[in-house]
Amino acid sequence: MTRLELQGVTRTYGTGTAALTVLHGVDLTIEQGDYVAVVGPSGSGKSTLLNIMGALDRPTSGRVLLDGDDLTSYSDARLSRMRGAHLGFVFQQFFLLERRSALENVSDGLLYQGVRRPERRRRAADALRRVGLGHRLDHTPGELSGGECQRVAVARALVHRPGVLLADEPTGNLDTASGRAVLELFDVLHAEGATIVVITHDESVAARMPRVVAMRDGRVESDQRRGVAV
Amino acid sequence: MRGGPGPADRLRLGALGLTSRKGRAGLSALGVAIGITAMVGVLGLSESSRADLNDQLDALGTNLLVVSPGQDMMGEDATLPDSSVEMIDRVPTVEAAAATYAVDAAVRKTDRVPDEQTSGIGVAAAGPGLAAAVSAELREGRWLDAATEHYPAVVLGSTAARRLAVGSLDEGVRVWLGDQWFAVVGVLEPVVLAPELDETALIGPAVATELYGDDLPPTTVYTRVDGDQVTATRDLLGRTANPSAPSEVSVSRPSDALEAQAAADESLTTLTLGLGAVALLVGAVGIANVMVISVLERRREIGVRRALGATRAGIGSQFLTESVLLSLLGGLVGGVLGVALTTAFAVNQGWGVVFPWEPVLAGLACSLVVGSVVGLYPALRAASVPPTEALRSI
Repeated sequence: MTRLELQGVTRTYGTGTAALTVLHGVDLTIEQGDYVAVVGPSGSGKSTLLNIMGALDRPTSGRVLLDGDDLTSYSDARLSRMRGAHLGFVFQQFFLLERRSALENVSDGLLYQGVRRPERRRRAADALRRVGLGHRLDHTPGELSGGECQRVAVARALVHRPGVLLADEPTGNLDTASGRAVLELFDVLHAEGATIVVITHDESVAARMPRVVAMRDGRVESDQRRGVAV
Repeated sequence: MRGGPGPADRLRLGALGLTSRKGRAGLSALGVAIGITAMVGVLGLSESSRADLNDQLDALGTNLLVVSPGQDMMGEDATLPDSSVEMIDRVPTVEAAAATYAVDAAVRKTDRVPDEQTSGIGVAAAGPGLAAAVSAELREGRWLDAATEHYPAVVLGSTAARRLAVGSLDEGVRVWLGDQWFAVVGVLEPVVLAPELDETALIGPAVATELYGDDLPPTTVYTRVDGDQVTATRDLLGRTANPSAPSEVSVSRPSDALEAQAAADESLTTLTLGLGAVALLVGAVGIANVMVISVLERRREIGVRRALGATRAGIGSQFLTESVLLSLLGGLVGGVLGVALTTAFAVNQGWGVVFPWEPVLAGLACSLVVGSVVGLYPALRAASVPPTEALRSI
């Protein structure tokens, strides 16, 4: 089953002579259960690609389909609700709210789906236990290590059981051990059936993913599955 | 799919910015608090003082008309005919009329005070029923009565007593009036409706006739009239008092003067209210300022919330709620301070304490409006932060 499909996606910033095209007609399909690394040097367009896959940005031309629905015509409000319901995001800098507990941070992942507070807290506690932080529910980000913060962020991204989990350099701010722990968490989630896309420039991170998409100059340079070209 | 966070969640979201930055929230709400304090305080005070004035007027009555000589056509001081008191008393709508009669004498503390020092105190003979007609209260001693009528006895107005340094009457105080000693038998409280009596030494009519003759002209006729006929009677009194020259009679209503004074106080109220409004405006600008800064600082949070599914409207409402809560906080603090101020002042002045419901509600409404209006622009800016902000590398 196809989760996410990009058809001829182009993204141009600015107009006229100052126009800068970052993506040139990208075609990409993410299947249910995919575990994909998107790699490429700085400026290759991989962050823009993630923005568009995550419906945070709209393509200048081309189409994005999520579970078969064309997102191009969606209003901002509808797009936002769809994003909240079907996608989960993990950021390089975690972006947790300071001074709020892990539980509150994770329950914010359900806030915009209109889930009532007691239910939010219950499911957030479940998600935190799932990432191995059942004993840290009331800790604020300041009281947690970087690796623990990223696991809280992962819990926030999956608390609403999204169709696709999108991660932007999830290990970029972590030491090797913490980074490995987060990746191992992704492995477990993938084994349980989650669809995960990881943006990274770290070869060792990409090496453990069964599918690697390489970007260069705004185009998909290669798309390999278990070492076999697709 | 259900539509976004409920009202309780929205409130909680709005309060988030305040609880996580308490110091800043407190300071930015301060301006509004000061403005609302001033407004509630001033309105509450004027309400209390008005209530006090109404109590006073209720107690003193608004049906007193004061008839006094005006000026003749040459601009000279006129006099009232001797018969005027009797004539006025005959008007059907007049309930009581009492006059004071000018006595050409000066009053001094002792006979040793030189003649040229008159201390500005007038001497008048008080007709019967004067105390009742002007609602005069005695601070000490008693009013001139049948027992003292024929003796040199005097009742002093409050200012007169102070100028003559008359303290306690227990030890038999005397003053030098005209050419002889008079015993001070009473001292008046200030007479609100006839303040001229405060500076007067009043003697009995019988003594006055004995010493100064029986043709003393009436100075002022204090007239209590039917409460429903005040205006009609007022028009009649000039002609009644001096049928040959009605235009030389001046008729006034002292309760009007009290109300006019209260109206004058109101212009001061308006001024202070204006200052309160300026403080409120400055407070409003302060909140707008803090909110704009807050939006700039929290672009990342906004981006993350958009990624978590917040709509533009959802983000806008979070910041609008925050601004309204901030302003309401100021309004609440201001309301409490304003009420405290009013109560303290009213108690200090011996007025009845009136809880200023209307100013408090108006103050809260004001702060609600202020918060919504100044929150609009920051909310719009917050709503326009693109969701890609969440992923922009630092």
